[in-house]
Amino acid sequence: MTETVIHTDKLTRKFGDFVAVDAISFDVKAGEIFGFLGANGAGKTTAMRILCGLLSPTSGEATVAGYDVYKQNEEIKKHIGYMSQKFSLYENLTVKENIRFFGGIYGIPRKELLEKSNELIERLGLTSEADKLVGSLPLGWKQKISFSTAILHEPKIVFLDEPTGGVDPITRRQFWDMIYEAADRGITIFVTTHYMDEAEYCDRVSIMVDGAIAALDKPSEMKKTFGAEDMNGVFLQLARNAKRGEG
Amino acid sequence: MKIFLSFVRKEFRHVIRDKRSLIILVGLPVAMMLLFGFALSSEVKNSNIAILDNSRDETTHTLIDRLDQSQYFSVKEILHSEKEIEAIFKKGEVRLVVIFPANFQENLLHIQKAQVRLVGDASDPNTSNIIINYASGVIRSYQDELFGLQKMPYQIELDTRMLYNPQLKSSYNFVPGVMTLILMLLGAMMTSVAIVKEKEMGTMEILLVSPMKPLMVVFSKAVPYLALCFFDVILILIMAVYILDMPIAGSLPLLLAESLLFILTTLSLGLLVSAIVDTQQVAMFISLVGFLMPALIFSGFMFPIENMPIPMQVISNIVPTKWYYSIVRAIMVKGLGFAFVYKQTLILLGMTLLFLGLAVKKFKVRLE
Repeated sequence: MTETVIHTDKLTRKFGDFVAVDAISFDVKAGEIFGFLGANGAGKTTAMRILCGLLSPTSGEATVAGYDVYKQNEEIKKHIGYMSQKFSLYENLTVKENIRFFGGIYGIPRKELLEKSNELIERLGLTSEADKLVGSLPLGWKQKISFSTAILHEPKIVFLDEPTGGVDPITRRQFWDMIYEAADRGITIFVTTHYMDEAEYCDRVSIMVDGAIAALDKPSEMKKTFGAEDMNGVFLQLARNAKRGEG
Repeated sequence: MKIFLSFVRKEFRHVIRDKRSLIILVGLPVAMMLLFGFALSSEVKNSNIAILDNSRDETTHTLIDRLDQSQYFSVKEILHSEKEIEAIFKKGEVRLVVIFPANFQENLLHIQKAQVRLVGDASDPNTSNIIINYASGVIRSYQDELFGLQKMPYQIELDTRMLYNPQLKSSYNFVPGVMTLILMLLGAMMTSVAIVKEKEMGTMEILLVSPMKPLMVVFSKAVPYLALCFFDVILILIMAVYILDMPIAGSLPLLLAESLLFILTTLSLGLLVSAIVDTQQVAMFISLVGFLMPALIFSGFMFPIENMPIPMQVISNIVPTKWYYSIVRAIMVKGLGFAFVYKQTLILLGMTLLFLGLAVKKFKVRLE
């Protein structure tokens, strides 16, 4: 029996009268690639922020890496990695400086950090670019560096918020290879995306509609249940009934 | 602490690599000092004047000579009739016309009374006032020489002394002013813009998800600006002493300590702004209109606060620059010690704590 790293039970967040996240319950196991899908405004981002310890829930329960989201959000932060849809490296620092900076704020000891960053740069094939400013690199590379930086401190879980937005299909495929590699090492991947082909890559997928989880299963089972050819079909069937619009 | 240091190092790199902010940080104080020191002077030198001499005698010639030779005036034109006066003012070539009536010397020697008329261009009232004063001074000193020859029965002698700034140098006024403005501008604006920039870029989110305490994120962003502002204070003081020949009359450590306090005031203002707004534009706008304008108007640097209507005088009390300006002048120009500035210091300290408290309270520990 593998360990449960994320557990939520009737997790709810209200903003005034608006119920952004409506009593969601799910478990994510260690090493799993968990796809977190939903139309814009379905409540994905809010749910993710709660799990990252950035936002307190209104009611319900949730633990991340074994820590309670109400009281132990500082502990949670130490055990997760995070990469956001917005590009999240510093453009006017070099590749090396970025890696060392982000490693540094996670408290990786200096010597270890030095080794790790050199190793990482080599693995990414960026040796000749190590001292270039990140701003001068193509988007695909930036995202690879960004992801590698997010898991440099070997977190239990890494949250990826639309990590592949605006990237070409080949780079996206390469990015997913990196995700698989990380999952093989035992890191749990919690990923949101708008690309339905990416949803197929996940071990399990949940689809949020109007703040609640409308479906949660393996992609293959989900397709059977809804009688759809691909995840796109499943998504459209569910999202069509949504009451909340864009935003 | 280690994390804090690595953060500060990263922040320094940002500043050093951003050419624009470097130019502002170093170029602005240098430019302002040079401008105020050499280009924008409220002292009046070598003003062009015109003479209408209806008497043409020895005395008037001597007086005209004296005026021309003084460093304040140069005689640009000799007029020949009253009609030309208005024409020459309209051309804007001269600021003052000195008119001697006919029989000037005769009147002076025989009835001991002669008139000189000074006609100034008061479209610029301050300058024209200064020029008239200078001209009166030149004429009066000549008159004193004459009286030296024949004793007057009664005489009131004026003995004027200008304390603290005997040469009436304008640098005594603008150096503290420039320091106040620069610190206000850099401290509040650069800090708030730098923090809001992280919010805009999305990197703030990454920092908040990290184990770093949110307040530490914000404080460590302020540290480099504290250092840079302090560097600017020293830069301005060096320029004041070595280029503008303006000595620091009081204690240098006290001056530096007070400057440090004021930098903290402006940084907390910057932090407060960055906690409230979300875009760099708004942060910059608030800093310029909300901080720089009041700093210009209410510090006493450009306009004397004593002459303002009472409501404005009251408002001036809540502007931190006013207090710092008065501290710098007291220490730098008058050479006063802490006993004379403790009141202003306490006010600044109170303001700093207030702004800092509000900023910490406002800063959202958890993103919304």
